[in-house]
Amino acid sequence: MAERVDTPEQAEFREHCRRWLSENRPAPPTFRLPLSAIEVMTEDQRRYLCDWQNKCHAAGLVGTDYPKEYGGHGYKGFQSIASQEMGRAGVPYMVNVIGLGMAAPTILVHGTEEQKRRYLPPLLSADEIWCQGFSEPGAGSDLANVQAPAVRDGDNWVINGHKVWTSLAHFASWMIMLVRTSTADKYGGLSYFIVPIRGAKGVTVRPLIKITGETGFNEVLFEDVVVPDSLRLDEVGKGWTVAMTTLTYERGAAEGAGSGGGVSLDERVRSLVRLAKATRRGGGKTAWDDAVLRDKIMKLAIRSEGLRQSARRARVPGLIEDPMRLPLQQKLLTSELMQDLAAVALEIEGAAASLYVGDDRAPDGGQWPLAYLNSYGFTIAAGSNEIQRNILGERVLGLAKSK
Amino acid sequence: MAQPKDFGFGADEQMVRDQARRFLKDNLPVDRLRTLVARDHHEAYESDVQPVYQDEKLWASAVELGWTGLGVPVQAGGAGMGLVAVAALAEEAGRAALPSPLVSTLCATEVLKAAGAAAALERIAGGQAASLAISGQAASQEFADTEVEASDRGSAVVLSGTSYFVQDARKAAFFVVVARAGKDLVLAAVDADAPGVSIDPDRIVDLTRDQASVVFANVEVAASAVLARGAAAEQALAKSFPALLTIVAADLCGASEWLLQTTAEYARTRKQFDRPIGFFQAVKHPIVNMMVDIDRARSLVYAAACAIDSEPEGGERLARMAKAAASDAAAFVAGRAIQLHGGIGFTWECDVHIWVKRAQHNQFLYGDGTCQRARLAEMFEA
Repeated sequence: MAERVDTPEQAEFREHCRRWLSENRPAPPTFRLPLSAIEVMTEDQRRYLCDWQNKCHAAGLVGTDYPKEYGGHGYKGFQSIASQEMGRAGVPYMVNVIGLGMAAPTILVHGTEEQKRRYLPPLLSADEIWCQGFSEPGAGSDLANVQAPAVRDGDNWVINGHKVWTSLAHFASWMIMLVRTSTADKYGGLSYFIVPIRGAKGVTVRPLIKITGETGFNEVLFEDVVVPDSLRLDEVGKGWTVAMTTLTYERGAAEGAGSGGGVSLDERVRSLVRLAKATRRGGGKTAWDDAVLRDKIMKLAIRSEGLRQSARRARVPGLIEDPMRLPLQQKLLTSELMQDLAAVALEIEGAAASLYVGDDRAPDGGQWPLAYLNSYGFTIAAGSNEIQRNILGERVLGLAKSK
Repeated sequence: MAQPKDFGFGADEQMVRDQARRFLKDNLPVDRLRTLVARDHHEAYESDVQPVYQDEKLWASAVELGWTGLGVPVQAGGAGMGLVAVAALAEEAGRAALPSPLVSTLCATEVLKAAGAAAALERIAGGQAASLAISGQAASQEFADTEVEASDRGSAVVLSGTSYFVQDARKAAFFVVVARAGKDLVLAAVDADAPGVSIDPDRIVDLTRDQASVVFANVEVAASAVLARGAAAEQALAKSFPALLTIVAADLCGASEWLLQTTAEYARTRKQFDRPIGFFQAVKHPIVNMMVDIDRARSLVYAAACAIDSEPEGGERLARMAKAAASDAAAFVAGRAIQLHGGIGFTWECDVHIWVKRAQHNQFLYGDGTCQRARLAEMFEA
């Protein structure tokens, strides 16, 4: 698609992004990079990706709209241009994905001046990796049921408890953590902290094994972890409000401190077309010759283009009825599209869909069976898609709350 | 040429849309529409000839408001607005289930523009309704499948044969006809009351329009009314077809949104088991799925309209996506709207069926989702 109309300043910045990306594209790694940041496991992968984010940050493609005093670049409304150009260039994704997408905007909204100056610069440059401690064994879709207690002790808080599904905790310096400071009130008893992870006394990070056989996320156990009150975000008892800020960004309903890179949805659709054309069926035909499969692939192409055009429409006030109607669909639709893309890829491969990563004969290196299994991470995480549908029905259409 | 970020939906387009929405809300409220098109099921479905439901006063106001001339170039007496504005108007026509030849006329206008047919465009700007007579009985997307033959008689052309699935045929002042002369396509403007033209009405499901086969029995068309021939006719049709898809898709989006809002309202107020039924996720989640499907289609409609206005080479791809998404969305939305209204939704007295039928009609007009995707796949061949 051709370029949309930018203001002269936007056009100049876009040109800067393009030039910089074409001149600084990193050499491909000698090892496999997973499809997304939350699957990063090895030290090699981490170092490669942290170096890349660091360079992007220095070039102004990350933290673009963040104030200079917090390590940003002080632009207004340019982050989406940088993210678009990174996506278009097909460069690697940003590894500090929880930091950029969730911790940074939450700290920017709710943090003190000291907190912003201390935590944002190394977050943007990927010198410190962040993880998120929301879910617990007993608090999934019912997030406000978080139990991990934080008990005040002078100028400190003592934290215990058990967080699960914690992506990137194995590399993380810090966690944004939802804790319980009172049992008297379900929502009003929650508070929000920045909690040290790496090397912190009483913190244990244990890998969880996904259905893919990979690690990549963790459970984190807290045993009398002492955290100074200066690490609290916003007021005691305001944890739910702060968490809602985080979730707004996590679900893609607002622009964080940087994203982009990785494999775009459009590119995934095109790779399905290529896969279908390359997959031989009997009688000299390919999978692409199958009208049913072509139809399925085109349905995916339409959903992918629809997502892109809805993101565009979300910024045109005359063409939206409710400001949250499109943004709240983002996570739901993206995760289901990725899942269905992988499922159709398996259908194209047929019997070869049985071949996994590591088998020489696996089409596309076995990435599709892996992507299919991993796709459930996205339809479940950040509020399962069942919860997303509740939120859309209740907040946008005013249907009675399901709880 | 670059595409504007806001789809080219600026202050003028918004004014057209808001004015149309307000006008239709005031002048065609649901009870008025019901009285007009659904007052009697015997009359609608059992008359020898299905009646034409048209509010002449409403149509005169629509013409006066400039709706028919919206996309007609200024030189031909129209407002000269782009397809984004036309799509916005069609969306409002769908939302109100407007029984009028407006959408047919908007579609015909696009073909006439592509053919550079100034005189015919002036007639539309002057308030005449027009309709496309472009389909054979198979309603394929190959214009060469037309079942109207054209032969030369001096400088004039004589048309013989039948056009099928002509929209709002009994409300149109003239038809834009595709005929075949040997291997060549001919595009001609033919008055509905020209000697030799007869209209054979279909009995259709939709209550908000009429449809007919139009029979041409040695109809003589003056040279001045032959709009294009051969490659020029093919180009005009190929160029304008994406616009037709976009306009019908916009109508589908408007109708679907009405069904969504009406169903959501019912789910907010109808109580069972002591709760509004929208409390139950078996009701709530399908309603959300309706919304999500509509939003995808609507975004694609404006993307297609904008592309056709500003860089037409990308228009067909987006227009086929828009029509596929809008057709599938409408089919799902219409089905859920009936189902979630429960027993009352199955009755004639519940207004839902009026929109359901309009949506179902438009779902198949100019090709449904499966048909669009087959064409789209050809574009991915390269």
